[in-house]
Amino acid sequence: MAKGSVQIVVERCKACGFCVEFCPTHVLALSSAFNAKGYHTPYMVHPEKCSGCDLCGMYCPDFAIFGYKQPAPPKENAAVAAPPPAAEIKEDQDAR
Amino acid sequence: MHADPAGVMTGTHFLDGDHACCEGALAAGARFSSGYPITPSTEVVERFAARVPTVGGTFIQMEDELAASIALQGAVWGGAKAFTVTSGPGFSLMMEHIGLAVMTETPCVFVDVQRGGPSTGLPTLPAQADMMQVRWGSHGDYEIIALCPNSPQECFDLTITAFNYSEQYRCPVFVMMDEVVGHMTEKVVIPPPEQIEVTPRRYTTLPPDEFLAFKPCEDLVPDMPRTGEGYNVHVTGLTHDERGYPDMTPAQQDKLVRRLQDKIKKNVDKITLYEEEQIEGAEVVVVSYGITSRVAQRAIELARKQGVRVGKFRLITAWPFPEKQIAEIAAKVKAIVVVELNLGQMVREVERAVAGKAIVRFVGHAGGSVHRPEDILQTILEVAR
Amino acid sequence: MSELTELTPQNPVEQFLRMDRIPHIWCPGCGIGTSVNSFAHALIDAKIDTRNVAIVSGIGCTGRVAGYVKQDSFHTTHGRAIPFATGLKLANPKLNVVVYSGDGDLFAIGGNHLIHAARRNVDIKVVCINNLIYAMTGGQTAPTTPNDVITSTNPYGTFDAAFNLPYLVEAAGAVYVARWTVFHVKQLARAMQEMFAKRGFSFIEVLSPCPTLYQRRNKMGDGLDTMKFYKEVSKIRNGASTKDVALTKSGEITVGKFVDRERSDYRELMHDRLLDSLGDDYVETEACSCQ
Repeated sequence: MAKGSVQIVVERCKACGFCVEFCPTHVLALSSAFNAKGYHTPYMVHPEKCSGCDLCGMYCPDFAIFGYKQPAPPKENAAVAAPPPAAEIKEDQDAR
Repeated sequence: MHADPAGVMTGTHFLDGDHACCEGALAAGARFSSGYPITPSTEVVERFAARVPTVGGTFIQMEDELAASIALQGAVWGGAKAFTVTSGPGFSLMMEHIGLAVMTETPCVFVDVQRGGPSTGLPTLPAQADMMQVRWGSHGDYEIIALCPNSPQECFDLTITAFNYSEQYRCPVFVMMDEVVGHMTEKVVIPPPEQIEVTPRRYTTLPPDEFLAFKPCEDLVPDMPRTGEGYNVHVTGLTHDERGYPDMTPAQQDKLVRRLQDKIKKNVDKITLYEEEQIEGAEVVVVSYGITSRVAQRAIELARKQGVRVGKFRLITAWPFPEKQIAEIAAKVKAIVVVELNLGQMVREVERAVAGKAIVRFVGHAGGSVHRPEDILQTILEVAR
Repeated sequence: MSELTELTPQNPVEQFLRMDRIPHIWCPGCGIGTSVNSFAHALIDAKIDTRNVAIVSGIGCTGRVAGYVKQDSFHTTHGRAIPFATGLKLANPKLNVVVYSGDGDLFAIGGNHLIHAARRNVDIKVVCINNLIYAMTGGQTAPTTPNDVITSTNPYGTFDAAFNLPYLVEAAGAVYVARWTVFHVKQLARAMQEMFAKRGFSFIEVLSPCPTLYQRRNKMGDGLDTMKFYKEVSKIRNGASTKDVALTKSGEITVGKFVDRERSDYRELMHDRLLDSLGDDYVETEACSCQ
């Protein structure tokens, strides 16, 4: 099991690519799917490599991603609090 | 509430208007001033710089009037009552921050000791030519309050009133002095602190999670939060909603700007101060303010000796303009003579309020000296005929 | 619900953001938001009472920071954040006053205020996001724009000298001067944390991409390209002489902590002088209150 994971609020992402570029263990990639604003958002292409260091969160200018150490929350509840749930698309369900 | 005794120099004094203004500010509770030197106003803050360290407060000389006129607003949000003092050219530089104080509803006082202009003009000589600038000088629609003392005693009294109005209505309030009032020395009686009414800041009693920083109370004025107490308020010069968040829609713009005007307009009766004398039965009424009212007084007395029934109306509150009172006078008299140390500013407001119901005659010049009573007398006699 | 709250990890920066205002207005690839992450981490790591942290901004893209950070925050007029902050701090010394604004705001229209606040050593912390351009108004030349750059007001290229910000601020009297880029997120957070511990006028220059108006117009790629450029050309030189750290369009970027010195701040100096002159007549105030 990976040491960490990330959470992504897809609708906040503007696809700058900072998180993908500067992830020290190369966990992330930009997906081919779009969010509602038309940006290709990141997803975990190598979730097993995630250390939960949150460097992605430090880089994200849109407060759209952050990393955390495991244990992970139950998957169906993993979305973060705001904005309303309808706007939140879990990366591993929709963003790929 | 009563004045803090620490700032009140109770007694009978021989003071010039600038120094009396400073004592008024201290009595009103001002504990911060940021200034920049400019003739003929600097004596106000020179005295404040000497006095305030013995009362508990700060004076800071800033790098220019732009800085002076916003540092005081920072101090207000930090919890102080604060003011700045300037004259013509400095006042021109402060215009931007009058707008900021209006938009952010920052209670503060500006003192303008008027001198001749435009530009550097007459640094050491009087004028009353900033009367429209104070009303309209910053961009956008807004209302402010402006008071016009005509003696050192009134410089003391009206500076306190200015602070009280600013706290009550959360807007910038202006004390519109002039060089002569600022530099003339007369008896000034400073009452004991328990006889000085001071309006405290209207701090909210609501906890942070129930408080909206720009939600108006019944009088259209919002209560203030204390900075550093967890309210996490956002204060912006942008058009904003009741939370203080930017909301730049035509609807919100209209709602906000109208409220900022209405909180003054709808309280005009409480704000309006004036002095009138022998209005009943008058054929001519002389309207004046500030130093000019004292010369006009002499002219009025001379005219009465010649048998003309002359009334006096002195604007103490220049803005909001007391148009109701002027309209009432216009309905009763033949003519109104407006005397100002400018080429015609408040006379336009008088004409607007009179609306053709009486003759309006203007007596003024571009500043540099007070009027000769004879000039005013001559106009009174002309219109009385 | 409480169980879920415990289990659901929270982005640690969100506690310092007005989440009801997110998404923000900044462009894709803009670095201002990244700098805010570092700022939020500094607030966490500095272990200070964050209720006392007040943010003051001027006008411009960075001027909007005050509207997104969930602190007492003041979005003032163009260039005048520093004098507002000066009044706020002097009237209420318990506040930790941070000025967060852009290079055009702080060094062009507000340049006079900045050098005087540094001269007085007013205890305020200044974070200057330097994107080398006026961004909010459409890419005009700033006092920081390097030579040979196309801007909307120098369509044939810039030719006049740019300010070297650390050199200017050190000369004016700041006690803490550092420069980082938004690539250096950890170092920037640490510098901000150090700034909170410092008493006196402290200054951090933060280089940040403006992909929309600077990089694109100069064919320098997007935000990510700029971040890679920062990574490639930045050299950490703590203690470097500030006169040697001027920026050019594509040359080396010297980053690091350049100045960290002790000097009495404005309030201490004022206090000592007034106490010396007035003795028992001096009434010191910790905080003004109009109650």
